[in-house]
Amino acid sequence: MNDELDEIQAIFFEECAEGLATAEEGLSAMAAGDHSSETIAGVFRAVHSIKGGSGAFGHAALLAFSHRFENVLDEVRGGKIPPTAEVTKTMLAAFDILSDHVAAAQGQGALPADEEMLAELDRILETKGTGGAAAEPAAAAPAAAPAADEMGFVPVTVELEEFADPFGFEPVGVSLDDLDSPPPASGDWQIRFRPSRAAMANGAEPMFVIRELEELGGRVTGVDSAALPDLRDLDPEESYLVWTLSLPGSVEESAISDCFDFVAPDSEIEILREAPIEPEPSKTEVPEPTAEAAPAASGAPPAPAPRVAAAPRAEGGEAKTHEAAQTIRVDLSKLDMLLNLVGELVIRGSILSDRLSPRDQERVELPELARLTREIQDNVMSLRAQPIRQAFSRVPRMLRDLSAETGKQVQLETIGEMTEVDKGVIEKIGDPLTHMIRNAVDHGIESPADRIAAGKSPEGTIRLSAEQKGARIFVRVADDGRGIDRERVRAKAVEKGIISADAVLSNEEIDQLICAPGFSTAETISNISGRGVGMDVVRSNVEALGGRVEIQSVPGEGTTFTMALPLTLAILDGMIVRFAEQRFVLPLANVVEAVRPEPGQVQPMTPTSEVIELRGSYLPVKRLSDMFGLAANDPRTPEESLVIIVDSEAGNIGLMVDSIDDRREVVIKSLDENLHPIRGIGGATILGDGSIALILDIDALLAGASHSNAKYSPKGIAA
Amino acid sequence: MSKLILTVDDSASMRMLLKTSLTAQGFTIEGANDGVHGLERIQEVNPDLLITDINMPKMDGFGLIEEVRKLPQFRGLPILVLSTEFSDEKKARAREAGATGWITKPFDATKLGAAIRRVCP
Repeated sequence: MNDELDEIQAIFFEECAEGLATAEEGLSAMAAGDHSSETIAGVFRAVHSIKGGSGAFGHAALLAFSHRFENVLDEVRGGKIPPTAEVTKTMLAAFDILSDHVAAAQGQGALPADEEMLAELDRILETKGTGGAAAEPAAAAPAAAPAADEMGFVPVTVELEEFADPFGFEPVGVSLDDLDSPPPASGDWQIRFRPSRAAMANGAEPMFVIRELEELGGRVTGVDSAALPDLRDLDPEESYLVWTLSLPGSVEESAISDCFDFVAPDSEIEILREAPIEPEPSKTEVPEPTAEAAPAASGAPPAPAPRVAAAPRAEGGEAKTHEAAQTIRVDLSKLDMLLNLVGELVIRGSILSDRLSPRDQERVELPELARLTREIQDNVMSLRAQPIRQAFSRVPRMLRDLSAETGKQVQLETIGEMTEVDKGVIEKIGDPLTHMIRNAVDHGIESPADRIAAGKSPEGTIRLSAEQKGARIFVRVADDGRGIDRERVRAKAVEKGIISADAVLSNEEIDQLICAPGFSTAETISNISGRGVGMDVVRSNVEALGGRVEIQSVPGEGTTFTMALPLTLAILDGMIVRFAEQRFVLPLANVVEAVRPEPGQVQPMTPTSEVIELRGSYLPVKRLSDMFGLAANDPRTPEESLVIIVDSEAGNIGLMVDSIDDRREVVIKSLDENLHPIRGIGGATILGDGSIALILDIDALLAGASHSNAKYSPKGIAA
Repeated sequence: MSKLILTVDDSASMRMLLKTSLTAQGFTIEGANDGVHGLERIQEVNPDLLITDINMPKMDGFGLIEEVRKLPQFRGLPILVLSTEFSDEKKARAREAGATGWITKPFDATKLGAAIRRVCP
């Protein structure tokens, strides 16, 4: 049961994440002037759902906060509080706290301090968002949500509201014996029950009340049929009878009143206890089953509340944000298993096509099979794909925080957030994205004063976009800030020993230096960027995903960082290389260029190290066969080999291989955990001929490999 | 025979929670994730009881109840609202739409079961 609950709770937190994204999107739209009812209703419902689940799972603090937040949203939704800039701003801030509450409920971080915000929300409720001072913030606070127990699964009592109306349409099985039964013993309960005339509407059934009372040991002692009309006037859907019952005194009063939960409001109910000795019963009116029931339902029919349109309501925004339509949740590992199997299928297919002659391939309709296989593979991969919006969702808040910290004004434009990317990729681009945004605010966007001086609007713009092109997703962070100050970057790189003072670099190469390890131009270590992790971390994270980072910058106009990411982590664009009579897969993302060395171009530096001279600069060269301790039967000279220049965290390095066999997409298979991990091997794949090739992990391979003479060299061009 | 309950809620976790706790009490549970879906499902599964949330996309609980009540076969169907809302106004609206009763989330599984048996013994 607990496992099951944990699982359900995990789903609840997923829903929270979705809800937060929806709410943030809606609030941001509201801040931008979109006050459509769909937008506001979407935000309301997102917060409302979080509240609902938080109660069910016993997250009291989250429940209390979301409840108060929801109250304000409800009033905004109902038009009672205008969504002014001030109100929207408060709601955005409340949203931030709500996010923290959700995180805390998941055990990620402490409970946020929310007292001030709660007071603020109450003030808005109190003043209807007019900005007036609240009467007394404390008093204004409505009782927090229906409280939940600290952690219990189902803490709270059920509040049954009953507006039902029973009516015993079904003739009650009362025998004359019952009616003539002896008077109740003293101390017993005496009950009189007159269902309202309309008691049987709305699916209620007064008979069930009688039956339940009988199950408690009650006996019907009388039925008053005085109100029963003539048969021709009788409306079978109305209730005309009055029942009296007696129950043993040992039955709890609450158990009796509970029976009336759904019939109470309009029905007359008396529950009296016979005085033990005294003949005069001390009459006590039955308390309403629940405190709220009375005002809710008794008395006059409710004021004609605005009726809800019955037809599917055109809540347009929903379709976009909430397309829950028909979905099932599937354990990710099942999808991975499926993807793995499809990968096998693809491989078997290519083995077949290698082994069969073109004629045989046609005969067995292999091309058709290959096409279907490919389609299945695409489909399965799309199952793991999710809108990149998830990764984008935390950006608006970050920007608000950054604006507050830096005093810079930034507006965000988001494009292509519905672009679908593999879930694994989404999870892993969060950090690089965060850093790129921070970098853009910290180093790109100027202060409002500087912007005005430069003839720009005081508010900077960051454009966050995603688009798919072929098998790649391009995620861009573009700012309209000052652009990269190349003089300064260059000077810094020289100072840090990243390039030599006389290096000749193109503008693009200088821009790339930002991603060099250990590079940071921040003159003062700000709270935001420049904490020792810089764009080099972005670069290495993205490359670990098989992606690349590109930078374009125009002085005075802004900088664009582009992450080119693979659509999936299961397939790798690889170069099949051969050394020591074996084939290996080199991730194409790492490959800068391939060089067939001229005699003398590869030179020994020390007895154990070599360099290659490339357009005036020297790069270290490693023989892959040596690195893996694989001796070839016919060791080749450099001139008989190829040097592949790869781009790694450690800078550009030449890897010497015998030949390049092919370039193809390979399905990544992870190596069994029982195998001893070998540094530099990231996985394996099965090639078209059925043989297995290991996939090289360049960064891991070269990490720690000595290359003391290696200057970081953008694109392996200069140093 | 075990009573069949259709639960309509846009939150998957809430539906699962209901299913888990009510299945354990001998009920059979079907689910739908919004009002429109609920209206479709109710005609397919013909339940003994409908439990619906109020705030849902596409068609909310009030709309669903009104639509269900328009179908002759469900005029007498017990319908319980299970919602975090508890304002008198909302309850009045639900009642006007044709709901049998209102249960406030979060719920206690045992008491929810008792409440269900009260309208659907």
